[in-house]
Amino acid sequence: MISHIFLQHYWWMIIALLASLLVFLMFVQGGQSLIFSLPENNLQKTMIVNAMGRKWEFTFTTLVTFGGAFFASFPLFYSASFGGAYWVWIAILFSFIIQAISYEYRSKPANLLGQKTFDVFLFLNGSLGPFLIGVAVATFFTGSQFSLNEMNQVKWETPWHGLEALINGRNLALGLAILFLARTNGLLYLINTIDDPALVDRSVNKLIMNAIAFLVFFLFFVITLLVSEGFAYDKATGAVTMEKFKYLHNLLQMPLVLVIFLAGVAAVLYGIGITLFRGKRIGIWFSGSGTVLAVFAIMLVAGFNRTAFYPSAYDLNSSLTIDKASSSLFTLKTMMFISFIVPFVIVYMWYAWKAINNKKITAEEMKTDGHIY
Amino acid sequence: MFENIDLALVNWSRAQFALTAIYHWLFVPLTLGLSFIIAIMETIYVRNGKEEWKRMTRFWMTLFGINFAIGVATGIILEFEFGTNWSNYSWFVGDIFGAPLAIEGILAFFLESTFVAVMFFGWNKVSKRFHLASTWLVAVGANLSALWILVANGWMQNPTGMVFNPDTARNEMVSFWEVLFNEVAVSKFLHTISSGFLVGSMFVMGISAWYLLRKREYFLAKRSILVSALFGLLSSFLVAYTGDTSARTLAKVQPVKFAAFEALYEGKQKAGLVAAGILKDSGKKIGEKVVSDFAFRIEIPGFLSVMTGGDRDTFVPGIYDLVNGNGTQGLMSVAEKMERGKKARDLLIDFKESKKNNDTQKAESIAAMFRDKKFNDDYFRYFGYASLEKPEDVIPGVKVSFYTFHIMVMLGFYFILVFALALFFLYKGTLLKNKWFLWVALCSILLPYVAGELGWVLAEMGRQPWIIQDLMPVTTAVSQISAGSVITTFVLFAVLFTVLLIAEVSIMIRQIKLGPKH
Repeated sequence: MISHIFLQHYWWMIIALLASLLVFLMFVQGGQSLIFSLPENNLQKTMIVNAMGRKWEFTFTTLVTFGGAFFASFPLFYSASFGGAYWVWIAILFSFIIQAISYEYRSKPANLLGQKTFDVFLFLNGSLGPFLIGVAVATFFTGSQFSLNEMNQVKWETPWHGLEALINGRNLALGLAILFLARTNGLLYLINTIDDPALVDRSVNKLIMNAIAFLVFFLFFVITLLVSEGFAYDKATGAVTMEKFKYLHNLLQMPLVLVIFLAGVAAVLYGIGITLFRGKRIGIWFSGSGTVLAVFAIMLVAGFNRTAFYPSAYDLNSSLTIDKASSSLFTLKTMMFISFIVPFVIVYMWYAWKAINNKKITAEEMKTDGHIY
Repeated sequence: MFENIDLALVNWSRAQFALTAIYHWLFVPLTLGLSFIIAIMETIYVRNGKEEWKRMTRFWMTLFGINFAIGVATGIILEFEFGTNWSNYSWFVGDIFGAPLAIEGILAFFLESTFVAVMFFGWNKVSKRFHLASTWLVAVGANLSALWILVANGWMQNPTGMVFNPDTARNEMVSFWEVLFNEVAVSKFLHTISSGFLVGSMFVMGISAWYLLRKREYFLAKRSILVSALFGLLSSFLVAYTGDTSARTLAKVQPVKFAAFEALYEGKQKAGLVAAGILKDSGKKIGEKVVSDFAFRIEIPGFLSVMTGGDRDTFVPGIYDLVNGNGTQGLMSVAEKMERGKKARDLLIDFKESKKNNDTQKAESIAAMFRDKKFNDDYFRYFGYASLEKPEDVIPGVKVSFYTFHIMVMLGFYFILVFALALFFLYKGTLLKNKWFLWVALCSILLPYVAGELGWVLAEMGRQPWIIQDLMPVTTAVSQISAGSVITTFVLFAVLFTVLLIAEVSIMIRQIKLGPKH
C-alpha cells in the first residue's frame, strides 16, 4: 500500500530533480549573459547565440514543467508563493518572455527593434533569470512574510510582495551563486560545443573569474545555511519551530543526501579544474552532473526530515511543509503513474541532444543558409 | 474567503488574464495547424524525394518558427497567472487542476521542445526519416499540449470527478478518468484543435494565393493550396461537427450560457434556432440587468429544440426560467440555489469553528456530510452561489454571447465554402484564371483568427460569473494583492505583447515577401 507520506516525499524528490535539471540547463542563460563580454567579433557572438539557441527550449520547458509539477503536487505552495511573492515571479516571467522570441527574431530582417535590442533581451534574461530564481529558492531557507487563514488562503504581510527578498544577504548570495554557476556552466558548454580555438581560449580565460565568483557566493550561502537556524516541524502536531543548525542536522541525519551533495560539489569543481588545468573540453559533463546532484541535495535538505520547505518568518505556523502543502493521496498517486514516463522523456531528450550535438558548431556553419539565429 | 471583495482587483485580474489568453491565442492555432501541414509536406518529400517539396517544407517551417517562439512566450504567462493572480482558485481546486498542467509539461512540452530543435537544426545532421519523425512529433506534441490544457479548461466549465474536503478547504480529485473524459473537455479539445487546423490551412492558402497573384512560386503555391485546402476542408467539417456537439453539451451543463448565446429569455418547446439577428434593449429588466430583445432575426423554427433534445417537443429553458426557476420543468431558482450554497458554506464555517474548539465529534459529523453524495448533489454543488449578491448575477453578457456565437458560426460556414471552392478550381485547373478567388483567399487569412478569438470570448465570458461552474465565482478566486499591482502588470504585459506582436507580423511579412531561400 502506497502511503500519502511516501508520495509526498516521492513528489518532493521529483520537484527537486526538476529544480536541479533547471539549474543545470540555465547554462543557456549563463551563456546569454556573456554575449557582450565574451566574443571579440560578431561571428563569435553569432556562434555563442546559436550554441545556446539550440538548447533554450529545454530550459524553458523545464521551467514550465517545474511550475506545473509544483502546482499538481504542492498546490498550496503554488497559491501561496505565486499569489503572494507576486513581483518576484512576475519579474522572472518577464525575463523569460523576452528570451523566447529573441533567438528567433534577432537576426531576422524587419524585426522592428533591431538586433541589439534582442541581444539586450537575451542578456537580461541570462542575468536576471538565474539570479531571481536563486533569490526565490533561497527563501525556502530564509522564509517569507506571509500568513494563511483557516481556509488556507494566503495573505502577504508586506506591501512589497516578494521584492523584500532582495534585501536579504543570504538570498542575494544564492541568487549570485546560481548566476555565476550558470555562467560557469555556459562557458564550459561553449568550450565543449564550439569548434573555434580563439573563442574557446577566451572562454577558458573567462571561466577563472566566474568560477571564483561562484565559489565565493556559494560557500557564503552554504556556510550561513549550515550555521543558521532552520524551520522544523512536529509531525504529530504540525507546529513549526526554529531549530538551531537545522540544515546541518538534516545533512547529518540524511547521510545519503550529504554524500550526493558532496559528490555534486566535487564534480562541479572537477569539471572546472580539468578545463582550467588540463585543457580538457568535457568539463561541462562533470560540472553539469555535479550541478544536478548538488541542487537535488539542497532541495531535499529544504523539504525532508521534518523541515518546512516554504517557511513563513511572519507566522511560523503558516509555513508550508510537504505534509501540509501537498495534493491528496489520490492525486499524488495518479501523478506518480504519469511520472513513470519521465525516464522515457529523458532518453529521447538525450538521443535528440546527441543527434544535434554530434557535430560541433563552426564559423563556416554560421555562414550557411540553414536555421541560423 | 468570503469577504473583502475588491471589484477593481477582480476586474483587472480578469482583464490581465483575458489579455494574455487573447494574445496567446493569436499564435497557438497557427502552431497547431501549420505543424501538421508541414509534416504532410515533408512526408511527401520523403516519399517522392523531390527537392521542391523539401524547399516548400522549409519555407513554411521558417514561418512556423517565427510564430512558435511568441506562442511559447505568451504561454508561460498563462500557466503562472493561475498562481500569481488566482491564488485562491489555485488552492481551492489545485488538487485537480494542477494535474493536467503537469502532465502537459511532462508529456507534451518536452516532446515538442526536444523535436522542434531536431526539426530546425537537424536537416544535415540526422537521417531523412528521423527528421520526418521529429516533424510529426512536434505536431503531435503541440496538439497533446492543447489536450491537457483543454482538459483543465473543460473541468472548470463542468467540474466532475472530485469531492470537497472541509479539512483542507479544497476540492480533491477522486476520479482521474472523469476529469480526462469530461464531456466538455472532449468536445472542446476536438473543436479547438480543428479550429487551429483551419487557421493553419487558411494561412497557407492565403499566402500561396498572394504568390500566385504576384506570379511567383507557382509550384510551391499551387501544391500548398492543394494540401491546405484539403486539410482545411476536412478541418472545417470537423469544426462544424464538434461545434454542434459542444453546443449540445453546453445546453446540459451550462444552460444559462446556452440561453445567452441564443438570447433566449422565455423557455419553450419547439424553440427556434436564431440563424442571424440584431439585438436591442427591450426596456425590461431582470433585477438590475437589462433584457435584450430582437430588432430583427432569421429563425429556423423548432430547430433549437431538435438540436438540444433530438425532437421538437424538447423544452429549452430560457434565462427567465433559469433565474426565477420553473416548477413545471423542474428548474430550481437561483435564489434557492443561493440559499443552498449558503447552507454548505455555513456548514464549512461551523466545521472550522468545531476544529478550533476541539469539538472532534461535531467536526467529524460535518465532514461526513461533505462526503455524502446526497448532500453534495443537493447543497455543495451550489457552493459558489453563496458568494453571489443577486440572482441575476448568474446572467452573462447576453449581447456579447449572442454576437460572438453567431459571427463564429457564420464564419464556420464561410470557411467550408472557401476551401471547397479552392479544391473545385484546382480540380478544374482554373485557379489562376479566378483572380477574385485568390484575393478572397488572401483576405480570408485573418478570419479564422477572428472566429477562434470569438469562440474563446464566448466560452469564457459566457460562463461568467463563474471561474468554476457553480462552485466558485471569479470574485472569490483572486489573489490578495493590490489592484494597483495588477494594473501595473497589465500595462506592462499589454505594451510588451503588442510590441512583440508587431515585430512578429513585420518579420513574417518580410519573410513572405522574400520567399523561400533554399
